[in-house]
Amino acid sequence: MSEATSSREPSSHDPAITGSERAADEAIAAVTTAFPGVESSVFRGQRRLVVPVERSFTLLESLKEAGFDLLVDVSCVDYLEYRGAKHRFGLVYLLASTATNARLTVRVFVDEPVEGDDSCPVVRSVVPLWEGANWLEREVWDLFGIRFEGHPDLRRLVMPEEFAAHPLRKDYPLQGRGERHNFPVLTRDRS
Amino acid sequence: MAVNPSPGLELPENVVVSRLDELANWCRKNSLWPMPFATACCGIELMATGASKHDLARFGAEVFRFSPRQCDLMIVAGRVVMKMLPVLQRIWLQMSEPKWCISMGACASTGGVFDTYAVVQGIDRFIPVDMYVPGCPPRPEQLIQAIIDLQDKIQREGTITGREFDTAGRQLRKRALVESADPLTIDASRNPVLQRRLSEFAESSSAR
Repeated sequence: MSEATSSREPSSHDPAITGSERAADEAIAAVTTAFPGVESSVFRGQRRLVVPVERSFTLLESLKEAGFDLLVDVSCVDYLEYRGAKHRFGLVYLLASTATNARLTVRVFVDEPVEGDDSCPVVRSVVPLWEGANWLEREVWDLFGIRFEGHPDLRRLVMPEEFAAHPLRKDYPLQGRGERHNFPVLTRDRS
Repeated sequence: MAVNPSPGLELPENVVVSRLDELANWCRKNSLWPMPFATACCGIELMATGASKHDLARFGAEVFRFSPRQCDLMIVAGRVVMKMLPVLQRIWLQMSEPKWCISMGACASTGGVFDTYAVVQGIDRFIPVDMYVPGCPPRPEQLIQAIIDLQDKIQREGTITGREFDTAGRQLRKRALVESADPLTIDASRNPVLQRRLSEFAESSSAR
């Protein structure tokens, strides 16, 4: 945790921020000692953990027990053809602590499975930890096609149910693949 | 509108003879009840059109109703996303005949700048449209012009049965006209001015 503490600038005029940052650093230190292999970094005062996908649930569970009781957002980035990217998708979990105001970003990088029928990455759902993750994970599934294992109701959230693609993937064409042409056309004679 | 079918017969005072179709069209065109399908900034202009400054009541179309059963003019003002399309079609089907549709603005007519998978590229791909209003968004004057033009269309083409705009039949008749006429030959038999000019041209060219 030397990297996190050394790169932080002292903010003596705002003790509340310092307190929340200290709380975040303590939680990060506890988690990184319990989970070796988890990378942590700080960018302009924002703390970030990069977690292997197979341990993401247990790590998020221990982070929740360590005080990060609020899941602010679950989001995703598609790094297809991104310069220097090692993985296809990067999941983003934004956590916060309502007691200390500490904030933390947890990144989970996943790839499309090489074999498999639908080429959708699978990540364990965090709905058992935070009920609010239900719709957030449905949105990520809808737009990026990342399957959340253990989700109680993994349906599409924003696109219509009969939609077949995941449109925020970088290999999906902006103008679509003609999905909207499936609708019946009402003419003056038939309506 | 008022036509005396038999010129020799004197009509009593205050009696006007007309066709029932035209009477019905005259009533309908002056009491359009719009269904505001306002989904974007065009809806703001639609509200301005109905408000006191532009005063759509001058054209008998000021009564906006939010139930399709009470409306006969659907004004689609704004972009329609693909997920909204079944709703648009259902509302159109719920409106009772005779009914008309104005596609207001670039987005409703063509998709506008939103050329993406999520936005319908022109509602006329999925429901019939009678008038298109250009603009992004159109000024209220443009919408009023569209309503005036629609009133003309109703007066010209409506029928008493309410099965307005026999589109397929009219297109067949139009195509028959186009296919029968030879665009390279000029038919001057019913145009005396053209006949005179043509003969003058023939005389001058023979004298030379």
